[in-house]
Amino acid sequence: MTDTSTHRETRAAHAYTPGLRISERATVCRLRRLPLPGQVHVAVGDQVAATDIVASTQLPGRVHTLNIAHELNCQPDEIGRFMVKSEGEPVRHGDILAESKAFFGLFHSFVRAPIEGTIEAISTTTGQVLFRGEPLPVNLHAYVDGTVVEVHADEGVTIETTCALVQGIFGIGGERYGQLRVLTETPEQPLTADLIDASCRGAVLIGGGPVALDALQAAIEVGASAVVTGAIESPDLDSFIGHPIGVAITGQENIPISLIVTEGFGQLPMAERTFGIFRSLQGRRASVSGATQIRAGVIRPEVVVATEQPGEQSEAEAPTPYMTIGSPIRLIRAPYFGQLAKVVELPPEPVQLETEARVRVLRGRLSDGSVVTVPRANVEMIQR
Amino acid sequence: MSDRQFKRVLATDCGSTTTKAILIERRGDGYHLIARGEAPTTVEAPYEDVTRGVLNAVAEVEELSGRRLLDGDSLIRPAEGATGTDLYLSTSSAGGGLQIMVVGLVRTMTAESAQRAALGAGAIVMDVLALDDGRAPHERIERMRQLRPDMILISGGVDGGEQRRVVEMAELVAAANPTARLGARYRLPIIYAGNVEARDAIRETLEPVSELTITDNLRPTMDRESLQPTRMQIQELFLHHVMAQAPGYSSLMSWTDADIMPTPAAVGNMMQTIARERGINVVGVDIGGATTDVFSVFSGRFNRTVSANLGMSYSVSNVLAEAGIENILRWVPEDVDRGGIINQIRNKMIRPTTVPQQLSSLQVEHGIAREALRLAFEQHKQLAVGLKGVQQERDIADAFSQEAGARTMVEMMELDLLVGSGGVLSHAPRRSQAAMMLIDAFAPEGFTELAVDSIFMMPQLGVLADVHPQAALEVFFRDCLIRLGTCLAPRGRYQPGRRCLHLSMQLPEGRREMDLDWGQAAVIALEEGQTATVTARPVGGADVGAGRGRPVTRQVEGGQVGFIVDTRGRPLILPSDGAQRSAQLLQWQAALKAYPDIADSSVAPPVGDLRTESTLA
Repeated sequence: MTDTSTHRETRAAHAYTPGLRISERATVCRLRRLPLPGQVHVAVGDQVAATDIVASTQLPGRVHTLNIAHELNCQPDEIGRFMVKSEGEPVRHGDILAESKAFFGLFHSFVRAPIEGTIEAISTTTGQVLFRGEPLPVNLHAYVDGTVVEVHADEGVTIETTCALVQGIFGIGGERYGQLRVLTETPEQPLTADLIDASCRGAVLIGGGPVALDALQAAIEVGASAVVTGAIESPDLDSFIGHPIGVAITGQENIPISLIVTEGFGQLPMAERTFGIFRSLQGRRASVSGATQIRAGVIRPEVVVATEQPGEQSEAEAPTPYMTIGSPIRLIRAPYFGQLAKVVELPPEPVQLETEARVRVLRGRLSDGSVVTVPRANVEMIQR
Repeated sequence: MSDRQFKRVLATDCGSTTTKAILIERRGDGYHLIARGEAPTTVEAPYEDVTRGVLNAVAEVEELSGRRLLDGDSLIRPAEGATGTDLYLSTSSAGGGLQIMVVGLVRTMTAESAQRAALGAGAIVMDVLALDDGRAPHERIERMRQLRPDMILISGGVDGGEQRRVVEMAELVAAANPTARLGARYRLPIIYAGNVEARDAIRETLEPVSELTITDNLRPTMDRESLQPTRMQIQELFLHHVMAQAPGYSSLMSWTDADIMPTPAAVGNMMQTIARERGINVVGVDIGGATTDVFSVFSGRFNRTVSANLGMSYSVSNVLAEAGIENILRWVPEDVDRGGIINQIRNKMIRPTTVPQQLSSLQVEHGIAREALRLAFEQHKQLAVGLKGVQQERDIADAFSQEAGARTMVEMMELDLLVGSGGVLSHAPRRSQAAMMLIDAFAPEGFTELAVDSIFMMPQLGVLADVHPQAALEVFFRDCLIRLGTCLAPRGRYQPGRRCLHLSMQLPEGRREMDLDWGQAAVIALEEGQTATVTARPVGGADVGAGRGRPVTRQVEGGQVGFIVDTRGRPLILPSDGAQRSAQLLQWQAALKAYPDIADSSVAPPVGDLRTESTLA
């Protein structure tokens, strides 16, 4: 009997949105992988800094096409007679590739190379010549200060770091680095343009409440590397990236700074504990990634600050937090969106909502002392 | 195999997040669903073995059914007493499903045929490259590199026609040398289904860089499309190249008694089985969190489309971006704060598992669902068309600019059955909400039966339909389908204050006559299992299937909502004036008893209308 009820309780405890990871001390691993096989420059046990190059490769150059048969007005299978360069030969922009003569050599027609590169293929079926531009070097940074714990031959490395870790709910932009600068006095205070000045150059700017579009533009103007804040209004995000965001798969935007919001869209303050962690890290060097993927294989944006002390628990070992009476939670859907509460009751049976849907609920006490009923799917744990 | 009377059948569907198992048993009156279990899919770390999730889901079925199906990590066969199973089948869409890039010559001709073949095989089409796609060759190459498809399908040219251009496209593919999504060191499967004369040149171009398979031309002549050989080849490659790379699938393949099917292909198979066995035209839709699949079978011709970024959670912001906030809110009678609703939709995208707690939030979500369904169906109608360019006596190479107006195969007046599935439809708190969403989004015409798939068993039943169609159909109609009723909607433009229709109905409780003006919605009680004989006499320009003003007599099926009569007009146009629109919406909602009146707390919904799940997938 006891076993059965424990089993049921365990299953029930999973019926809520797991919280984001927010930790002052953690040990985490980050896999760094090249887009194509290449060379790994570090070994297991090496200490690396976030901006160190740990692996590199060369992406094949861009391919250009040119139809020689069209240019010379001949049949594709005739182009061999006119080509003066062959497959595999390097060419420079403007080099003569093919030449034809007409009227007993009185008139010459030339076809010149459109780019610098190598002739990859000459097709006598289509008359097409393919040029490959110069290869593009790709350098992979360590991203976090830490220790190389695994080398994946020709592909990359895994780096372990002891750090403070704050995951955001949504972000845009790629990996950036900079000193943390907390610009607002409180987690509620919006991040406004007047708080940003030339001293913010290269820094990761932390705000409390929502960031407005003019503040993001000010951050770009002074050359800040990232902005981390509680929330943003939807129209401001759309204006910032130039189009409405459709699917939360981000990280590749062509923007000069990365942006992370920790709570969501609207007028929301940053969670007090998150803000407190940032304040305690004021002036420390941070690694930031805005990449977000809210699908299978979830990726959340993050701020990682390497610390001296060994981590108390690794990311993988962190126990799944079970919701119990007294658990601190955040309500993540209207009508209580953004409010904090403590669990006071976990009724086992489904309860009918105003919508008439019957769902598992909990009762939580809000900071003003009132007790509200909310679906368990509409809360997230605040992890300690 | 199909001759054998299986006593017990176990089938699983390995989805991206959940693996669902069903157990079917034969009893005196045919096949029945016995139990359904589910467990998280275990393709990704830390398990990286799909069979763990399958075993966990089957263990739940064991627990719920009281049958013993597993002996350790093995399935017990055959069925004896309360132990074992005779048949085990599976479908899969784990790891993002089957992702294909299509390459053709003319966007609206061979490329479109190739797209139909890929979609029909259960694939997600990542992009369609064609000579007339407006991109420069280097842009096409960049695109191929950027995407990492599971396979590429190349088509182009009619048999015996010009071959230069299809080889040109193949040269671009070879230059791009795209890598496969699963495994950077594994050779990408490419299917060539174009002009047979170009096969040698294609081999020469593509064999050095890929795992090339050549199959019949999918457009052998301008007026003929032959998609089946390509579809079979896609599924074969999916099984033996793509799936074989996914963790645990080689074990799973050794367990199953038939090939593992891509999930959407299995659903399509089920749709075709229903249409064939019943001799009807069917449209089915599955609206999920990320994507919306639409299936149709008209006159035996099957089409499927996937709207990759129209969904109710992960892709909900994209519905907002594509439809616009005005179109979403036109379905909500109350005045709401637009900015707040936009933030609410974005917050749903980043916290996809939340559920509406307030009635107003539910109505907004139902508005989003209508728009997602409408847009997905529009995309489906654009692809489910007859062959374009058929009567042109021009060579394919000269036909780039032709946009021969091929008619859509989807003729709403000919539609017999509309089936909806996905959380927002299957788990709507009231069945009438699902019926309204389907009617508003699809705008059926004439007489159309409406249903929802209660627990989305269509993938498992679709793979079973290949082995034992009778068993699949019996379980589908008995345990899977929830009949909402029949909708009668005259075609014709809404004319305020004018008579639209006269109905003579022979109902189970007796005869009833009814007159309806344009702009109304009405429900006539007709329960599940009941039928009525209805004569509909359209007035003026209204048409119920036999032409303007011509009467039609039909037997209609009842359901959990009843016999719904919708005289709002086709096309369905909502009043532009806010107050008028709101009044009409409230009137229609009241007629279908779609939402509770929360101002009057004494109005409790009938218990039978309650669902124990939330509304969103």
